[in-house]
Amino acid sequence: MEAGGLVAAPSPPVAVRPGRQSTAAWPLADRIGYWLCWATGVALCLIAVGIVVFMLVKGISYLRPALFVEHPSASLHQSQSGGFLDPIEGTLIITAIGTLIAAPTGVALAVWMSEYGRPTPLARAVESAIDVIAGVPSIVLAIFGLLVFSESFLGFLSQNAANGSVYGRSFFAAGIIMSLIALPLIVGSTREALTQIPDRVREASYALGKSRASTIRWVLLPSIRPDIASGIALGMGRIIGDTAIITILLGFTLTTQGVGHAPVLGTLRGTGSTLTSYVYYNSPAGEGNAPQKAYAAAFVLLMLVLLLNALVTRLTVGRSSNRVGLLRVLGFWRLPWTR
Amino acid sequence: MPPPVRRIAVDRDPQIVPARQLPNGSAIAPAPAGEARRRGERPDPASVIERMRVESVWLAYGENWVVRDVTLPVRRGEVLALIGASGSGKTTLLRSLNRLTEITAGGARAGRITLDGQEIHELEVNDLRRRVSMVFQQPNPFPMSIYDNVAYALAEQRPPRGRRRRRTPELEEATEDALRRAGLWEEVAGDLDRSALRLSGGQQQRLCIARALAAEPEVLLLDAHCAALDPISTATIEELIVSLRDSVAIVIVTHNLQQAFRVADHVAFMHLGELVEYGSSVQVFDRPSQQRTRDYISGAFG
Repeated sequence: MEAGGLVAAPSPPVAVRPGRQSTAAWPLADRIGYWLCWATGVALCLIAVGIVVFMLVKGISYLRPALFVEHPSASLHQSQSGGFLDPIEGTLIITAIGTLIAAPTGVALAVWMSEYGRPTPLARAVESAIDVIAGVPSIVLAIFGLLVFSESFLGFLSQNAANGSVYGRSFFAAGIIMSLIALPLIVGSTREALTQIPDRVREASYALGKSRASTIRWVLLPSIRPDIASGIALGMGRIIGDTAIITILLGFTLTTQGVGHAPVLGTLRGTGSTLTSYVYYNSPAGEGNAPQKAYAAAFVLLMLVLLLNALVTRLTVGRSSNRVGLLRVLGFWRLPWTR
Repeated sequence: MPPPVRRIAVDRDPQIVPARQLPNGSAIAPAPAGEARRRGERPDPASVIERMRVESVWLAYGENWVVRDVTLPVRRGEVLALIGASGSGKTTLLRSLNRLTEITAGGARAGRITLDGQEIHELEVNDLRRRVSMVFQQPNPFPMSIYDNVAYALAEQRPPRGRRRRRTPELEEATEDALRRAGLWEEVAGDLDRSALRLSGGQQQRLCIARALAAEPEVLLLDAHCAALDPISTATIEELIVSLRDSVAIVIVTHNLQQAFRVADHVAFMHLGELVEYGSSVQVFDRPSQQRTRDYISGAFG
């Protein structure tokens, strides 16, 4: 024993881990900077919690199950002004149209810009165009949309008066313009993710005799699914939250007003409202002036956005992801329908 | 004077590399003292067939000529090693063999490169790259499962569709075969659905080799593929290279002179873009005709 000096350890030694470093030894400027950064983080958390808690308390106290199934009606008596079935419907329709247009176009644009991008002047022009669209205030987009969709050759997208003039306001019109709001976000996150993929991954695929298209479809796009998902979720959030385009381009009617008798097409050509316009309508600034209903609707709006984000992340990221979103922290992924 | 060769003791697991039985009965015969051990037997000259030919090739990136007037044969039945210091143009030359230099902006070529007598520029590029496959210095598995990495290489352009259908017996067999040949099967057999990115660096590189082999290329290009490998994995791969020699023409780029000596039948020494010396590995390492070669292999520079 003594000769070799090597004795089998009876138990693993106690590992010494460095403890939390005290900032006391840091220079004063570093300490101030550190605590400022820390404080902003905490402040942001507090604000986020504040919003959710405030809307929860205000919203839930006014929330009634009936609100979800009743059509709204313009009545000064709050007991008769109904619920927000139509606005929920409107929000879902607008989000669906906007996302269905923006997601494929956005991904296609990003792929072209990052993987092909020739000729270079064209790529630069496309990039600037996307920046312009991203920078245009949504109210300006809305006015522009009204101008475009009132053209007679686009009459099939909205209601037409007997004298041939085109109303220009419909779910189609609002949804199409909404896709422009989501587009830059989807392009941005997809493109960013594509540039993050090292060239050696592409070369590996080319070296196996795979074409560019095949590489993009089967190697690159699958590996950036989480980033596309987060771009789409951000875009959806913007669409759901926008009020200006709804006010101008969706007609701002309280209930969903279809055109003609065609079941789906008629609705899409018609006008309606969304949760955002409903909140505005019922806020003290709007005609309805029923703040309780505004709070209830705002709460539903908030929940809808969070839920949609979680759903999109869930669908596109799949089960293997290590990403932890807010809803996953809260345990939403344990719910049966997300399995 | 051959370079000093550090011998690596390998307990050869017959299941890892089903290499052909060597004529003398053992691949790991103890080398006579003072003599470097080479893997495998000398190839039979009659079975050596020229597949590719590089004829007075100049390669440039933009205004820089990185390869100057190189002429080389690439033969099936033997292993060709490109050696030389960093920046000598070895990798560029290797990449030009399956037209990967074209991807780099400013890549240009003069001279002829032929595959079975046909100028490679006249071949369809994806077809060429299926026939002339490449393994890179950095392991670069695709961000998908181990199985899919190999299955994707096997498929024509797209991976076989459908969760259930993609596991056809033929595909599974081919995948297993490719993984076995690269010496990875034993380690991953239990969990082929694991993400390839979770493998260790050495395992990733062997996966890349399996992937390249799966498509049954005619020429295999290996770019300093062992730089990221431990000695055991390196030995596995070297055995593999020697065992593949008869069915695939192999070109390796390596910074490891001992490795070049162990596996290569012909060695090309490049320096600053020029081919300084080309000859059988015994001749280049034993009796280099050029002073620069002598300096390089004796460690005077590089």
